Amino acid sequence: MNKLPETQGVRKDNSRMMGKLLMVAILMFGFGFALVPFYEKICEITGINVLASSDKLNYAEAREFARNTQVDTARTITIEFDANVHGAMVFKPRVGHMTVHPGELATITYELVNATSNNIHGQAIPSYAPRHSASHFKKLECFCFEQQELQGNQTREFPVVFVIDPKLPADITTITLSYTFFEVAGRAAVPAPVGREG
Amino acid sequence: MSAVLEPQQGISGHHDHAHDHPHGWRRWLFATNHKDIGTLYLWFSFSMLFVGGFLALGIRAELFQPGLQILNPELFNQFTTMHGLIMVFGAIMPAFVGFANWMIPLQIGASDMAFARMNNLSFWLLIPAALLLVASFFVPGGATAAGWTLYAPLSTQMGLGMDLAIFAIHILGASSIMGSINIITTILNMRAPGMTLMKMPMFVWTWLITAYLLIAVMPVLAGAITMLLTDRHFGTSFFNAAGGGDPVMYQHIFWFFGHPEVYIMILPAFGIVSEIIPTFARKRLFGYSSMVYATGAIAVLSFVVWAHHMFTTGMPVTGQLFFMYATMLIAVPTGVKIFNWLATMWRGSMTFETPMLFAVGFIFVFTLGGLTGIILSVAPVDVQLHDTYYVVAHFHYVLVAGSLFALFAGLYYWLPKWTGHMYHETLGKWHFWLSMIFFNITFFPMHFLGLAGMPRRYADYNMQFADFNMIASIGAFGFGFAQLLLLYIIIKCIKGGPKASDNPWGSQQGGLEWSVPSPAPFHTFETPPAFKGGH
Repeated sequence: MNKLPETQGVRKDNSRMMGKLLMVAILMFGFGFALVPFYEKICEITGINVLASSDKLNYAEAREFARNTQVDTARTITIEFDANVHGAMVFKPRVGHMTVHPGELATITYELVNATSNNIHGQAIPSYAPRHSASHFKKLECFCFEQQELQGNQTREFPVVFVIDPKLPADITTITLSYTFFEVAGRAAVPAPVGREG
Repeated sequence: MSAVLEPQQGISGHHDHAHDHPHGWRRWLFATNHKDIGTLYLWFSFSMLFVGGFLALGIRAELFQPGLQILNPELFNQFTTMHGLIMVFGAIMPAFVGFANWMIPLQIGASDMAFARMNNLSFWLLIPAALLLVASFFVPGGATAAGWTLYAPLSTQMGLGMDLAIFAIHILGASSIMGSINIITTILNMRAPGMTLMKMPMFVWTWLITAYLLIAVMPVLAGAITMLLTDRHFGTSFFNAAGGGDPVMYQHIFWFFGHPEVYIMILPAFGIVSEIIPTFARKRLFGYSSMVYATGAIAVLSFVVWAHHMFTTGMPVTGQLFFMYATMLIAVPTGVKIFNWLATMWRGSMTFETPMLFAVGFIFVFTLGGLTGIILSVAPVDVQLHDTYYVVAHFHYVLVAGSLFALFAGLYYWLPKWTGHMYHETLGKWHFWLSMIFFNITFFPMHFLGLAGMPRRYADYNMQFADFNMIASIGAFGFGFAQLLLLYIIIKCIKGGPKASDNPWGSQQGGLEWSVPSPAPFHTFETPPAFKGGH
């Protein structure tokens, strides 16, 4: 019978231990969410994922840059345009490619068609190939800076005004600018995926 | 000590109470006894093994020949996804928890798990989770087809089946966390007097470390899939590029969970093998303390290698180098373990009963899987092999031949203790050889398929891959049907067989499980036993 106090002690120790371990679990749940700002910070510091965010921040600077730069007629760069979208939409550039000189101001128009009767809210996200050309691709105006809204069956045209930095590495002769238009979640009903009849 | 089981018992000794327990379905639904709950876990995981196995055979049937025969691509992707989710969360993990429930209290001389009612809850949560997963096949759009990793942006777009999978994983995570709290508390607070930490059986050690890993990373997974859920339905944009999020971040958060998860599924397997090898080599485990430290080292390293799953996402070279070297470093503690097992067998007087066959087989095939892991850790090689069948071969070598074979080994090893009967040795050996041979027929050709460039997760393939796929499919059906033999062996052993002695293997190893009768009585170690063994 002398084990009774011990049993009580064990039970108390056990509850205390459960409290501590639960605390760890809750902290780790928070840690999962803390990874989000942490990840963004890391990307910002190391410049890994600058495409979307820095575009937005730098367009004022890009305009300033465009005013002061000199056109380097000795070089010709081919710019290829690409566009991607899901669902019942059409998204395409007016021309497939164009040639520009570094420092020269150029404009390309993209066309976005909403073939559904619903309003669509979304944003186009750019990406560049080769990757390291991104920081030399200065956009003065772009529909990708903001979210865009399309009414049902509406067609909209979006100009992109850009200039290529003459400091672009010499080995780059072709740059591909690709946009993917994403609907912003929660703003529009996402159609349920088509069943199994594939 | 049964006062622990029943809160609010007066201090004034009810220790003579009848130890009666409910019978029939109430025994299982209201189970608080660690042995009953262990049994429930084991049967649950065994049935999920067959569900996941059915899906695997569906996949292999489709891949038997090029072209589309049985499954359309959408359903095929649902099969691969659910095969992964069910095997990882439904079969392997609960099976180890079942072993923990049965064996940890018996090995450390505790009367039961620390929180018996919570233990009941963590088991019964598995049932709705499993039902949600299986039911998701029958909702519009079918089950999630985003792969078991549920990568965004695919997983932010799918239909209702995805939501069911998210809820199921939330429930499974809660269950795992509760189970881990229980295991840690039991191990740290309820060991028999005299059993210091460094005298604990290896199985207990590995589970202690695994449980800490679970508590650290399951909540991170819960966070990741909560973000998926809010992205899907509540207008947040954690992973939606259009709203300022980043789908690659999902991979980072997922693999911060996912890599430790890999070790969660293998560390208890190491523990089981470390119990079995010394028993059948009739020697003490070589390098006990280095085994403990190696387990700890693997656990710590598992937190800094996650991005080796993501070499192709466009990581900077510095990042690739860091994750590459950190990953290679894991080979060191793992190698320590493998050499310790070999050294334990060295000059031992070995016999090869079924548990030992599976344990030795484990070392052979797990090491093969470990070596392909080192090959894949090399970033430039991985860029070539990423998402090919080479990776599929690699993780099936460590998960099937690693975790599952160790589970089989442990099952044969402790089945006499659980049932009081010896299993049929000849049939056990048949089960081993069939499993071993068919496993290799299934997965070895996948190395070649991967090296030749066959990608994962496609319902169809180029003609050039036809021969190896046909071989793999034949092996898979053989492997699947061999597991029916295991079911038969288990049922036969429960129903009868030669009487098992208290210590049928003459084990000098492990903990106190061999000091109780076989079958282990419903209540054991009501009074803490004295422990005088140890390493």
